[in-house]
Parts: sequence; C-alpha cells; structure tokens
Amino acid sequence: MPHLTAGKSKPDYDVIVVGSGAAGGQTAYTLAMDGVKVLMLEAGRNYDPIAETPMFNTHEHAPLRAVPTPDKPLGYFDATVNGGWQIPGEPYTNASSLPGREFKWWRPRMLGGRTNHWGRIALRNGPYDFKPYSRDGLGFDWPMTYEEIAPYYDKVESLIGVYGTNENMENTPNSPEGVLLRPPKARASELLMHKAAGRLGIPVVPVHRAVLSERLNSKKIPQWLHPHNPKAATILAAEMDRRLACFWATPCNRGCSIKATYQSTTVHLPPALATGNLDIITDAMVRSVSVDANGRATGVNFIDKSTGQDYIIKGRIVVLAAGAMESVRILLNSRSARHGAGLGNSSGLLGKYIMDTVGAELRGKIPALENLPPHNEDGAGGAHVYVPWWLYQEQAAGKLDFPRGYHIETAGSRREPTVGTFENLERLSGVGYGRRLKEEARRYYGSTVAYGGRGEMIPNQNCFTELDPQVRDRWGIPVLRFHWQWSEYEFRQAAHMQRTFAEIITTMGGSHGNLDPTGKEAIEDGGRVIHEVGGAIMGADPKKSVTNSHSQCWDAPNIYITDGASFCSNSDKNPTLTIMALAWRAADHMIAEMKKGNL
Amino acid sequence: MNIEAVPRMSRRDAMKWIMAATGTAAFLSYRGLEANSIPAGERTGKGYGLDPNLLEGKVPWERTLNAAQLKLTAVLADIILPHVDSTSPSASAVHVPDFIDEWISAPYPNQQRDRKIILNGFVWIDKESNRRYGKSFVELNETEACAICDGICHSSVAAPELAEGARFFTAFRGLTLGGYYTTAIGMQDAGYVGNVPLVSFEGPPPEVLKRLGIERAPW
Repeated sequence: MPHLTAGKSKPDYDVIVVGSGAAGGQTAYTLAMDGVKVLMLEAGRNYDPIAETPMFNTHEHAPLRAVPTPDKPLGYFDATVNGGWQIPGEPYTNASSLPGREFKWWRPRMLGGRTNHWGRIALRNGPYDFKPYSRDGLGFDWPMTYEEIAPYYDKVESLIGVYGTNENMENTPNSPEGVLLRPPKARASELLMHKAAGRLGIPVVPVHRAVLSERLNSKKIPQWLHPHNPKAATILAAEMDRRLACFWATPCNRGCSIKATYQSTTVHLPPALATGNLDIITDAMVRSVSVDANGRATGVNFIDKSTGQDYIIKGRIVVLAAGAMESVRILLNSRSARHGAGLGNSSGLLGKYIMDTVGAELRGKIPALENLPPHNEDGAGGAHVYVPWWLYQEQAAGKLDFPRGYHIETAGSRREPTVGTFENLERLSGVGYGRRLKEEARRYYGSTVAYGGRGEMIPNQNCFTELDPQVRDRWGIPVLRFHWQWSEYEFRQAAHMQRTFAEIITTMGGSHGNLDPTGKEAIEDGGRVIHEVGGAIMGADPKKSVTNSHSQCWDAPNIYITDGASFCSNSDKNPTLTIMALAWRAADHMIAEMKKGNL
Repeated sequence: MNIEAVPRMSRRDAMKWIMAATGTAAFLSYRGLEANSIPAGERTGKGYGLDPNLLEGKVPWERTLNAAQLKLTAVLADIILPHVDSTSPSASAVHVPDFIDEWISAPYPNQQRDRKIILNGFVWIDKESNRRYGKSFVELNETEACAICDGICHSSVAAPELAEGARFFTAFRGLTLGGYYTTAIGMQDAGYVGNVPLVSFEGPPPEVLKRLGIERAPW
C-alpha cells in the first residue's frame, strides 16, 4: 500500500477522512471509486493482514498460551495493535469510580481499526429501529426511514459479503434475493439449542456475518455497484477475485489473511488505493479541525507521531470517522471564535447521549453434549446461529417491564482448547487427579455453552462525554472524561436476558449458575460490549441534533461525521453494518453537493 | 506426534530440564527446601507490549524456576496427568513444567498472583511430606504422594489445616490442565480435531446427530 510519510502529501485534497475503520474505509471507498481525491489519516500504525495474521498458530505458539493479559486484553492473537482498554500516553478519565458508573473505551491504533478483530456480526436495523420514539415515546427518531437506508444496506452487504438467511421476521429485514451468501451448517450445540428454544417459541436462525461462505460473484456485483463507472467496476472485480472463501478454520478475531472476512484493510482500502485517488498517512494523530472566519472547515491539524511534529492539511470537506468517541473529542477540541463550545456544538448536544449495547451472559453445562465423538466444529470462526428479538408483540402489549429488544449470541463448541477450558474440571467431574482426570477432560470438552444478550439501551442524560479540564495526552491534546449510568430499563432487560438463557439451558437438559434477578450485577459495564455510539446525534432539527440525516454537521456543512457518533439510538443490532450504510450514503451526498457546487 | 511438534526450549531451559530430570537436588540440609530458594516476591520484568510480533510469539521474560523446583513441578504434574499410552503421554512429556515456569515468571498481575500461590505451595508440600514421611515430596513413593494429594485435591471439602495446600493444588492443577491441553498432543487427546482447512463445512457427522436425537439439520 502506498503510505505517504507525513509532510509529503499533496497540497490539498477534496476530502480528508479521519479514521480507517468501517466508517473511514467505506467513506474513502465510495469517494475514491467516484474520482474524488481523498486523504485518509490514521492515528495508528500501518497494518498488513496478509503478512501479520497468525492464521494457524496454535495457543502453544504464543506467550502464556495466548491468554488475555493487560498488554493484549482479548488474547495474544487478537488483531488489535497498540490498543485495548488503555493506551499508554493516551488516557481517558471517568467522572465517577463508583461501580457501574465507569465507561470503558476500547481503542486500537492500527490501519483498519476495529474491523480487523471485530465479531463480523452484520445485522440490519429494521423499520422500528429508525422510529423508536414514535413507537414508545423514549429516545429519538432518526431523520429518515428504513426504506431510505435499505438500498445502502443492499450495497454494503454485496460489497463486503455477508452470510445468512431471510427469515421474514418482524423488524428483522430480509435482504434482496441473491445478496446473502449461504449460511454455514449449525454445530452440535447450536442444533441442540435450536431444538430446545423452538419448544419455548424462541427462534434460533442463521446469524448474519461478514464472512465469505462462498466466493463473491466478481462478474455481477462490481457492475451492479458501479453501473456507470467501468473503471471502478474493473478495479473492484480484480480485488474481489483476490478474496478467497472461508476454509472453515482459524478464529475471525485474529483477522484473515485470505480476505474471507470483511476488514477495511482487505475489502475497502485495496480497491480505493488502486484508483490512485486515495492517499493514506498512518501514525497521524488528529488534534483538531481548522475553520475559517465563517466557521467552515479548511482542513485538519495533526501530529506525526513518529516525529512529534504538527502539520496542517487542507481539504474542501473533512470527514470524521475516527470512532464515535474520538470524533466527538476532535470536535470538542476544535474551538474557535465561531465555535466556542466546540465545533458543531451550537445545540449543546456534542458529547451528549452516548450509548453502548446492553450485555449480560449465562453459561450452561449440557450433559447431552458430553462424550461426543470428536469432530471438527471450527466452522466460520464465529457463531453460525443467533436469536433475533422475538417479543415485539408482547412488548407492544405492555407485557414486559423494559421497552426495547435484545438478540442472543451464542458461544461454546469444540473450539481449540485454551488454558481456561478445563479449569473447573474437578468441580464438574469430582475427579481430583490421575488417569481418570484425562477421561473426564474428554467427557466435558465441548459440553458447555455460553449465551450473551445484546440489547438496546435508551439514550439518557447521564451518559455523556466532555473534555477533562485537567488531563492531556502525550501530544498535549485534552482527553475525554466520561459519565455513565444505566437506567432501570437496561437492568430489567439484563435480568430478562438471564432468565431466558436459563430457560433455554434447562430445556436443553443442562444446568447453570446463579441468576441476578436485579440485572444490576449481570449487566456489563458501559463500553464493555464495544458498541459505543452517539455523542453527535443526527436529527431533523438543528437545535436538537448535531448532524442532519446525511451525517452532515449542521454548524459547518463541509464536515461530515460518518462513524457511530451520529447514531441517535442504538438498536440491539450490532452497529457496524449500519455505520457502513450511513457512510456510503454520506459519501454519495458529498459527491452530489460537490457537483452542485455547494461544497 | 513427533518431538518437533512441541515448542523448542532454549538451551538454558534445556540445561535446567536435564538437571531436574537427572535429580541434582542432593546437597540440602532440609530435604526439598532448595525448591524454595527463589523469593515469592513480585516479578518486575517487561511484558511483550501492545504490539508483539504475533507470528513469532516470543516470550520476552526469563524463566525463574530452579532445577529442584522444576523437578517437583514435573513430579506433581505427572501425578495429575500421568502417562497412559503414546497418544496420551504424561504432563512432563509435553513440557508442562516449562509452561508453568513461563507462566509464573510472567510480569502480569494474574500470573504474579499464581506465582505466590505456586511458590508458597512448593514450600507447603515439602513441609507436609517431611512432616508425614521425613522426605521431600519428590522422594515419596506413589502411595505416599497420593496420600498427600488426596487430602488437597478437592478444595471444597479439604480439612481446614490443609486449606493452603488445597489452594495450591487447585491452582497447580489448573495450570497443568491448561498447559497440557493446549499442546498439539493434549488437544488431540481431549478430542479437538480442527485447525485444518476444509473445502466445505458439513456440520456434525451422522453419529453425532443421532446421539443428539436430531434427525435432520434445519438448514
């Protein structure tokens, strides 16, 4: 990849994109394929998944058998570079250290950002998810409908490749015929769950994940995506042909050197770079957006981390796609005469209404899965099934004590053993040591399941971020201070999640640990699910939102915020697919506005 | 499975290993106490950092167990996971003692916590075997060694005076299991047969479906 050194870029660009993950990757892809000159700035180092991914390395070939450590909190092989819950020299703070009041912020510092390690679960928001306030009077409606976004979901799914099925379920949209790739067959534990949950009226269906269960059709898709742009179609077809189908081995969170999963670094950036319209500078830490006397953006100020030197780069449009919280931080740090409280903050809402996903889990021990004949369950390197939210009618009828839904994600099968796999073998089997312990290991291996709820929180005034008045990072940039507080809605939802998991496990003939009837212990800390969004919410009214429906900043029309910061609700569906759909749409808007001469 | 499949030891580790295996624990007044010559204080060495080379997987810290401690580790690990046959060798045959040495020598908090438990446990178990048999633990015969293990291998029902020993045994067994079943041989012994590229994924084989009472996969 042609990575420029800071200071050697062109004098100016049409668009400067800050960030290289799902949002930055999609924005840059759409713009560059259409001939727009783009500069991408990434705060982390260059990263090459082809050369750096430890595909078949077993735990034995890692320090401490790859268990999580403070240096690699999701395990040694997790595709996170120079990041985690803490980055040395780049702190953030919390206003409260009380239990449940702290926000945890996961950041990588690498090209492609979190798309290198993400779970690949790619779900569409449904029609209800864009109009939550209209349905139950809580939170905010989005300034557009599902129907307006649906074509962009179609495009993103076709570009990145998503396996799954159409299930005709309420608020769980189908994709057009032929867009989704074949779902992988269910594993033993997933089949057993399907059977048991079915008896409870809980639907277990193929999950949607951005993994190529078969190769993408490079003859059709590029022409469909770029109908009047033969150069773009030709470039995309060539890059698509470099992506192989999943070979049903190696965990996706390590990244994928055969490009079978979506990563910005394997899917968005290669074709964008091949157009010659995209330059990338890595190790470029953006300090602020610069503005002119009228308050319009002129470019960005950034620090070349390798030398510590400051640079200013000019552009007609600035796109913030640095990750929701980082984009908010850049805007808060972009103060000027016109934007005294931070750029884009005339509504006073910048940093407000930050959200994460509600998470709670439960593990179960399933005797029916004991002593199964050894068989290969690696599969697509992640889950094959999930449970979409199924109680919309009950919720509408007022039968539940929480307003919004959750879906269930599943884990547990005969994956590569870890140091912790047999930690509780004595408690499970009653055998203390010796030959029989080995027999018990064979018996219990693969016989436990774990279910995780992923639920929608209601945006609230107690969850926000602001600049810490004292603390600065190693570059002298003020850091974020977080405020967090779940409400009863989320606690009750978390408790319901655990009750549901317990029912499923029991129906499977299994047993489980204690439930938390309050949900207050079971619920994960804010930020823990790594679905943080909001802080620059979109809306129809400039007084009540930071951007319009095209992710365009009300106060400075040549600034777009294409990451999750513009989300004004955070449905139970994992945010990445929606981030990409909105980024594509925002980029189309930029192109149209530039053609009209508005930008 | 040939020996090439297990991780190579450094020359220094190999020397320690040979010394432990040939039993050089000869010159001590209190039998077995040489196993405790390293203070159980915290390690302050550097970890592998936030951007290690994932393909190399190098361990940057030095291992710290001495020959006698490695010998004790090998003896106890092999009691927990003994040799059964060529497909299920002993813990020491797949270098579990070296893994435990790597683990408790690491500079991270969880490993430091285990380090204290393990090193204190070495002292405890030698004292206990001296008290009961007048010998260090590695010198006990099978019956004697098992008698000590039987008292501490179920921490939930261990006698109060054996609580420290039980805490040690639980931690040590956890590491032994973790080390063993993450080796190529151990994974196969447990029944893990993945990490190979496949042309297609067909789901569970018919015999598994039959066991689960599932006639036909739903998709």
